[in-house]
Amino acid sequence: MSTAFAEQFGTTRPEGPAWLAAVRERAMASFQAAGFPTTKNEDWHFTNPSPIAEATFEPMRPPRGGLTTDHLTPWLFGETAWPRLVFVNGRFSPALSRVDVIDGITVMSLAVAYREEPSLLERHLTRQVDTEDPAQVFGAINTALMHDGAVIHVQKGVSAKAPIHLLFLSDADAAGGSSQPRVLIVAEPGSQATVIEQYAAVGGSRYLTNAVTEAWVGDGATLNHFRLQQEARDAFHVGTTVVRQERDSHFVSFSFATGADLSRINVYAGLHGPGCGATLNGLYMLGGSQHCDHQTRIVHFEPNCYSRELYKGVLDDASHGVFNGKVYVHPAAQKTDGKQTNNTLLLSERARIDTKPQLEIFADDVKCTHGATVGRIDETALFYMKSRGIPNNEARKLLTYAFAAEVLETIPIDALREGLERLTLERFTGTVNS
Amino acid sequence: MIQIHDLHASVGGKEILRGISLEIGPGQVHALMGPNGSGKSTLAQVLAGHPGYEVTSGTVTYRGKDLLEMEPEERAQAGVFLAFQYPVEIPGVSNAYFLRSAYNEIRKARGESEADPLEFLDIVEGRLKLVDLDDSMLNRSVNAGFSGGEKKRNEILQLAVLDPLLAILDETDSGLDIDALRTVADGVNKLRRKDNAFLVVTHYQRLLNYIVPDRVHVLVDGRIARSGGKELALELEERGYDWVTAEQGVGGAALT
Repeated sequence: MSTAFAEQFGTTRPEGPAWLAAVRERAMASFQAAGFPTTKNEDWHFTNPSPIAEATFEPMRPPRGGLTTDHLTPWLFGETAWPRLVFVNGRFSPALSRVDVIDGITVMSLAVAYREEPSLLERHLTRQVDTEDPAQVFGAINTALMHDGAVIHVQKGVSAKAPIHLLFLSDADAAGGSSQPRVLIVAEPGSQATVIEQYAAVGGSRYLTNAVTEAWVGDGATLNHFRLQQEARDAFHVGTTVVRQERDSHFVSFSFATGADLSRINVYAGLHGPGCGATLNGLYMLGGSQHCDHQTRIVHFEPNCYSRELYKGVLDDASHGVFNGKVYVHPAAQKTDGKQTNNTLLLSERARIDTKPQLEIFADDVKCTHGATVGRIDETALFYMKSRGIPNNEARKLLTYAFAAEVLETIPIDALREGLERLTLERFTGTVNS
Repeated sequence: MIQIHDLHASVGGKEILRGISLEIGPGQVHALMGPNGSGKSTLAQVLAGHPGYEVTSGTVTYRGKDLLEMEPEERAQAGVFLAFQYPVEIPGVSNAYFLRSAYNEIRKARGESEADPLEFLDIVEGRLKLVDLDDSMLNRSVNAGFSGGEKKRNEILQLAVLDPLLAILDETDSGLDIDALRTVADGVNKLRRKDNAFLVVTHYQRLLNYIVPDRVHVLVDGRIARSGGKELALELEERGYDWVTAEQGVGGAALT
């Protein structure tokens, strides 16, 4: 079952420097030793990856071209001035991208970075991903097969003014193929940056995106990372974000997931210095027979850090959501302040959520709470709205939107927040309204 | 405007309304008073169409139509409005969006064109003054984080914007200080017209100093025990509900 990726590994000329070739070899070896996880693996208990394993994806075919900047319009949030890297079927598209020279910030494709930033890559690329963990074989596959992607390097003390937009598109030629995009973000001490990482499709088909993003956030730096999974409805998506935070750094993550047939999104934050803050928020909205699994892990290694987590889900039809949020507090991590919440709204009798907030605390002076709720539409609010003349269906949709909007409100970038609010409103009401 | 005839309603198998008959004409204000648990709020909720109450017998005719056959939203679209005793908080839906949606649904039902956000803002601005609310409240979520007084004033704002023909105020005075009470009452008085009617449900007489009713009904144990002019409210204030409750036994026996 793991032969397709192994064959691909055997026949593809490895790209990048010699040290990376050795890392790729080790990653492929550990994937072959472990194979794809089964539901016996605790981290995969509610998500069976066998449809991906059995699909034997080929390397994704390059696009035949024909995509123009007009095709990007639905994905740009009206912000054409943001620096952006666009990838089609896993390959960087210079024609669709827009990268001006930004003082103190390097934004380039991974293929270019192999040539131009070898020492940066050697210091950071593949450093955060544990390719030995059998639960993380998709990360190992990406490490072995990564072909293109993005490298963002923010120099010491530099604040990026605009968000950097990474847009990974799959077109009709993506059918039957897999892409392995890799993103490396290095935020040097005291810097600030916002990255929007978006996965979407132009024309639907069945393909696999297996993405890995790794980030290093230096002392006192802030990284805002918005991840939008809006893949084609037949597609598979596995995405892993691993972040290492140093002293007094902040990491803010938002995972928005509405696409793909089967998706699995891992967000891992390691707080390696005192005084850090990590905020992990997310919103998943599923219908049909969609399955979406979020695994988050926040590890407090050092004292006086906080973490905040709010994930909300709206599940319709026979969709299946999974939320597994782990917070580890190591013995040294005194005065940890952690709060984790997962709220899911079920719109159908057949929809299902498996939610598992988990706290493992080994320090004695901490303040940590976690909780999960699963509910249906609030009947009292529904009657209140109907008593004002709003029809039942409209009232239900509006209440559903309101449930989702609470977590979207945390997004500080107006264009992005308003864009996602509009998407959400359209999804539930079919109207555009302010 | 509305004729209620021998209305019985129960919740969870327990009968709360035990034969209410009441008629309110256009231009009238009726007050419905009574001790706690007498069924005042139940009647208000039943008229608005709350799904938690089961009407077991009786009829309610509103402008010639069978009100009980209508969905809550149809009642609102036909001009029935209930100011809630406990206004509901709806985090995530702004007052502006909520109110405009309701306003446009009612206009649609009347065959009128919908108001766009700017036109609507004009309409609301004038009404906000009526209840002494600041327009910053329009961007806040419906009732979320509002004080008790703000919630009640928001109910009257909705009343003013939606301009119903029959407004039912369910203990709008409870929890209000005297200034807020006066603001709310002034707002209601300005909305009184020859073609609309009010049913003011209250436990206390003091609201009726400001909203002067044409008729006062005293509800005891699910039945109207006594009806009269506005002076009945003053008599109740003086003598308390025990006085009517004691008579109720006699009156009730005489009826059967």
